[in-house]
Amino acid sequence: MTVLVQFVIGLIFGLGLVIGGMSNPAKVLNFLDVAGIWDPSLAFVLAGAVAVTFVGFRVVLRRPRPIFAEKFHLPAATHLDARIIAGPAMFGIGWGLAGFCPGPAFTALSGGSSAAITFVTTMLIGMIVARRLINRESRAHSATPPVAGLSKLRK
Amino acid sequence: MITTDFTPLSSLIGGALIGAACVMLMAFQGRIAGISGIAARLFPPYADQEFVGRLVFVLGLVMAPVVYAIASGHVPVQVIVANRYVLAVAGLLVGFGSVWGNGCTSGHGVCGLSRRSVRSVVATLMFMATAVITVFVTRHLLGVS
Repeated sequence: MTVLVQFVIGLIFGLGLVIGGMSNPAKVLNFLDVAGIWDPSLAFVLAGAVAVTFVGFRVVLRRPRPIFAEKFHLPAATHLDARIIAGPAMFGIGWGLAGFCPGPAFTALSGGSSAAITFVTTMLIGMIVARRLINRESRAHSATPPVAGLSKLRK
Repeated sequence: MITTDFTPLSSLIGGALIGAACVMLMAFQGRIAGISGIAARLFPPYADQEFVGRLVFVLGLVMAPVVYAIASGHVPVQVIVANRYVLAVAGLLVGFGSVWGNGCTSGHGVCGLSRRSVRSVVATLMFMATAVITVFVTRHLLGVS
């Protein structure tokens, strides 16, 4: 049951990307081309998504626990460090070069184009390398692992 | 360069569906719908028992254009402008950068902003800025893509 639900959630997310136009790299690049043939549509995707989550998260997080899990896993980190600057900076350059962020890259796979397969392959390699480096770093510093703690949202 | 139509209504509806999926994942699994985090955890080391759930979530993403095409009778428009070398480098940057910064457009841009996370606001401003600069440089200074 939980597997079926997660498939359906992924499907709804993907349909949102397709209907919103975000699954089309040409449209994404035009959204980012503010000095050229700017297509502001994707600001509406973000607005629609944030509006629903802003209300929806507040309703859902009032419950004692999720339907299929023991507890809510919310990011506990609140500090700003070099990684929260450098990571998104690199991600943005790649997004601006290809017009793909991770979600639309996966929806593009069903078309079976070698372009989409190339992007997803190197994207997954980049993810695996970054995760290895982060894990090695946190072991080296022998820091306590991040706890799924309460965010200010749940006060 | 290919012009694209301004589609405020369908984009708003698409965005609302993305938001609904994020709310559902929180309600059922108690998880943030961050695509980069979900994808990265498809590979070892495995810290929890959520592998199958993450795999079927990604399969749902992959199947979405197929379901859309069957339901609507239209294959979704998708134009990939960059060549394979640019795509390979861009993929590395997107994969590495999104995991290094703990999130991408979904985790920081949608879920993080609606949780009013300062880290997500910083991350979103950062990737929007470098993406806009990258398109400006490639299109208007170098004249490619």
